[in-house]
Amino acid sequence: MAKVKGAIVVNVERCKGCNLCVVACPSKVLLLNNEANSKGYNYSYMADPDSCVGCSACAYVCPDACITVYRVKL
Amino acid sequence: MTTNDIINPANLVYAKPSVLNDVPMHYCPGCTHGVIHKLIGEIIGEMGFQEKTIGIAPVGCAVFAYKYLDIDWQQAAHGRAPALATAVKRLLPDRLVFTYQGDGDLAAIGTAETIHACNRGENIAIIFINNGIYGMTGGQMAPTTLHGMKSSTSPNGRTVPLNGYPLDITKLLAQLDGTCYVTRQSAHTVASVRKTKKAIQKAFENSMLGKGTSIVEVVSTCNSGWKLSPADSNTWMVENMFPAYPLGDLKDI
Repeated sequence: MAKVKGAIVVNVERCKGCNLCVVACPSKVLLLNNEANSKGYNYSYMADPDSCVGCSACAYVCPDACITVYRVKL
Repeated sequence: MTTNDIINPANLVYAKPSVLNDVPMHYCPGCTHGVIHKLIGEIIGEMGFQEKTIGIAPVGCAVFAYKYLDIDWQQAAHGRAPALATAVKRLLPDRLVFTYQGDGDLAAIGTAETIHACNRGENIAIIFINNGIYGMTGGQMAPTTLHGMKSSTSPNGRTVPLNGYPLDITKLLAQLDGTCYVTRQSAHTVASVRKTKKAIQKAFENSMLGKGTSIVEVVSTCNSGWKLSPADSNTWMVENMFPAYPLGDLKDI
């Protein structure tokens, strides 16, 4: 079992659905949502939140700074 | 522990820097400009220089940088950012002055200003976004376009007899005595984003220490101009741009 657990919050309206966070995530947590934001972009979301370790890889590569990362030690 | 329990300000590890404001950026999805804007925002925030920084915006996609980073900006005529930065830094030597330019601005129309500002050793930092194409105007061939690379004005690929060789201007600037720090980085992975952040921070510090001109080239993608997805653009950049524009420090004194 993981010793750290993370979670992210995506700023849905800022996200442009570029998919770079999905590719960057080492735990394969993220996917693009089937639903779109008001601009028509399929924003990213945590499809598998239990696997997130809060490594911030998604947030580092996000060109629109729309990901906030939280992490706790268990 | 549920996701909602983790989402608590006490557990925060990464958030948008406050210097980068809430205005949504106009860049295409996946554009490297956004990552570099974010890094500049983080660095200026960490250095506590928000009130002391003057950025010089180029002509190109980044012309609207003033809308996104809450610092003072001047917008230069096409390619003339280093000349304007020279004036600003000489008049206000206690400010952090940097230019933010693309390859069309820095390596094409502004080649003379760039070379002479670097040769004079102006105490400015130059951030150079190199995606090998004129992104804003529709993906035309730039001086930095790779040999064989397709663009809207070289649909069969750039050829040397017709178009000449790709211009490695960063290597050229490293030869000049006025430059103190010349480096080439990228921003496609976590490690490369961290390295680029360190490089830009060093360039800003050099500017304030009066060591000379610092140039940070960021090899970037233009997925709209390259007609690829953002992730495929990164792969293409690693396979094609990096052999022509190898990463690393070219000069550090």
